[in-house]
Amino acid sequence: MQLVLEKRAERSTTIALVSPLIAIGLTIVTMSILFAILGKNPILALGVYFIDPLTDSYSLQEIAVKATPLVMIGIGLSLCYLANVWNIGAEGQFLIGAVAGSWLAVKTQGTGAGYWVMPAMLLLGAVAGALYALIPAICKVRFGASEILTSLMLVYVADLFLDYLVRGPWRDPAGFNFPTTAEFDPVATVPVLIEGGRLHLGAIIALLVVAAATVLLGKTIKGFEIRVVGAAPRAARFGGFNSDQLILLTFAMSGALAGLAGIIEVAGPVGHLQPGISPGYGFTAIIVAFLGRLNPIGILIAGLFLALTFIGGEQAQIAMKIPLDVTKVFQGILLFYVLACDSLILYRFRLIFPSPKVSSGTA
Amino acid sequence: MELLEAIILSVLAASTPLLIAATGELVTERAGVLNLGVEGMMIVGAACGFGGAWLTGSTIIGAACGIVAGTLLSLIFAVMTLGLAVNQVATGLALTILGIGLSGLIGAGFVGERITPAPHLHIPGLTDIPLVGRILFGEDAFIYFSLALVIGVWLFLYRTRAGLVLRAVGDNHVSAHALGYPVLKIRMFAVMFGGACAGLAGAYLPLAYTPFFIPGMTAGRGWIALALVVFSSWRPARLVIGAYLFGAVTILQLHAQGLGLGIPSQFMSALPYLATVIVLVLISRARTGGSTAPAALGTVFVPDR
Repeated sequence: MQLVLEKRAERSTTIALVSPLIAIGLTIVTMSILFAILGKNPILALGVYFIDPLTDSYSLQEIAVKATPLVMIGIGLSLCYLANVWNIGAEGQFLIGAVAGSWLAVKTQGTGAGYWVMPAMLLLGAVAGALYALIPAICKVRFGASEILTSLMLVYVADLFLDYLVRGPWRDPAGFNFPTTAEFDPVATVPVLIEGGRLHLGAIIALLVVAAATVLLGKTIKGFEIRVVGAAPRAARFGGFNSDQLILLTFAMSGALAGLAGIIEVAGPVGHLQPGISPGYGFTAIIVAFLGRLNPIGILIAGLFLALTFIGGEQAQIAMKIPLDVTKVFQGILLFYVLACDSLILYRFRLIFPSPKVSSGTA
Repeated sequence: MELLEAIILSVLAASTPLLIAATGELVTERAGVLNLGVEGMMIVGAACGFGGAWLTGSTIIGAACGIVAGTLLSLIFAVMTLGLAVNQVATGLALTILGIGLSGLIGAGFVGERITPAPHLHIPGLTDIPLVGRILFGEDAFIYFSLALVIGVWLFLYRTRAGLVLRAVGDNHVSAHALGYPVLKIRMFAVMFGGACAGLAGAYLPLAYTPFFIPGMTAGRGWIALALVVFSSWRPARLVIGAYLFGAVTILQLHAQGLGLGIPSQFMSALPYLATVIVLVLISRARTGGSTAPAALGTVFVPDR
C-alpha cells in the first residue's frame, strides 16, 4: 500500500476556500503541543494568545496598528509573488522608507514648517522604498542576478544605515546618548483617528491600498498582465507582455508600499527614528501574503490575524512568561501549514494498492 | 608578520561556516532542489550545537547536535517540497522564519553562558614553525573537516556513479525518472545532506568561532552561503575560493574598523552584504551566454505513473 500525490484534473475550489482555515486549525493544534512541552496550560495559553486581545479596546486598536504595516507590505509582496518574482527584502524597503521620510522630519525640526511636512514625508518614504526595491529588480532584469538573494542582502545594508544615522548625524543631542532622533514635531506626525487612542491615519491608508489593489488586479489590464506573467509565462510571451517591465513595476510598487508603511510606522506609533522600529514586519508580511492567498481582501484578514499573534504573544509573555520567540515559531509553522494545505488545491493524495503490474514508483 | 598570521587565521575561521553550509547547499542544488532555509537551519544548528556542548562539555556532541538539528529541519523541507510538491522558494523562507523562532526558544536558556572553544591542533615542531606553522597545523578540527568535505563532495559528484545520477536528477528529472532512478528519494538525501551541513556550519559559530550563543548570531551567513553557491557556478573547487574571499572581506572590514580610518563602523559592517550583491551581479552578467545552474533547479516534480 502506498500513499501518492497526484495532480487534480482541475483546481479544487472547495479546498481553495477552506485551506487557510485548515492551516490555522493545524497550527493551533501544533502550538498547544508546544505550550504543553513548555510546561504551560495550552487552553489558558491559547486564550491569552487569541481571545484576550479581542476583549478590550486598547488591544483591538493595537491589533489595527500592527496590522497596518503588515497589510500594506503584504499587498505589495502579493503583486510580486503573483508575477512570480521574489521580493523578500521588504524589511529593508520598510527601513529605507522610514529613513527617507525621517530626513524631512529631522531637517524641519523646530523650523515652524507647515502642515505640508507629513504628506511630503509619506511621499518621500514611498519613493525611497520604491527606488530601494528597484536595485534588486534592475540587477535581475539587466544582469540576471537572483532577486531573492540581492533583495535580502539589502535588508542588512538598510538596517546598518539606519543604525549609523541614529547613532551619528541624526542623534538627538538631548537624548542622553540613546540611539534615536528627537521626537518629531506635531506637523511631522501621522495623526491619530480617535483623541487619546492609538489608531492612526495609516489604518485608513492601508484600507485604501487594499481597495486600490482589488481594482488593479480585478479590473485593469496591468493587473491581468501581472497574473498572466506569473501563472503562464509562455502565454504572456506570446501575448507580447513585457515581463522585464512587469518585474520592475511589481518591485517598485511593493517597495513603495513597504517604504510608505515604514514612514507611517515611524511618524505614527513610534514618533521618532530609532533602531528596532520593526519586529520583522517585512518578513511576517510574506506569511500575510500567502495566508491571504495573494488576494487583497484575504491579505487584509490575514494581516489582522497575524497582528493578533503579535499582541497575543506580548500578552502571553507578560501574563504567562511564555517567551516572545514562540510568536515567531507560530508564524513559521503557520506558513508551513498554509503552503501544505494550498498544495491540496492542485494535488490530491491517493492510496495505491500494489498490483504485480505496477512498477514501483517513488513516494 | 604576527598581524598577517593573525589575519589569515581569522579569515580561515570566518570562512569555514560559509564553506560548510555552501558545500551542503551545493549538493542539494545539484540534485535540483533550491533550499532557501540555510539561514534557518544554521541558526537552529547554532543553538542546538551550543546547548549540546554546554550540557555535556563536549565539542563533538555539540557538533552532532547541530548536525541532527539541521537534518531534522531539512526533513520538514523535504516532506513539503518533495512529498507535497510545494513551491521551494516559499518553503525555504518558511524554514528560515521557523528556524529563527526556534533558535531563540532553544537558546534562551543559554544566553550569557560560555563554553571552552574547540581545541586547536598542536603537533610539536610543525605547529611551532614561524608564520605557516599555526596556519597549516594549528587549526581547529572543523577547518580540516570542511576542506575534507569539499574534496569528498567533489570526488562524489565527478568520480562516482551515484554522483553522476544525482547530477542527472538535478538537470532533468523527467529523464532520470524514465530511466528508473528514484528522483524524489535521491533529492531527499541531497536535502538532508544540505541540512546536516547547514546545522554543522551553524554549530561551528558558538563551538569554535565565539564561545557563546547570541540570538541571531548567524547574521545572514546562510544567505551568503546561498550566494556563494551561485558564485561557484555549482562547482565545489570554486566554492573554496569564494568562501575564503568572503571570509577575507569579513575579517578585513573588522580590522579596518579597528584601525579607525574615520569610516563609520556600520559602513564597514555592510561590506560583506554589499560585496554579495556586487558579486552576484558580476557573476550573473558574465554568464549571460548560458546558465550553468542545474537545469531543473527549483522546479517541482510529481512522478507520473
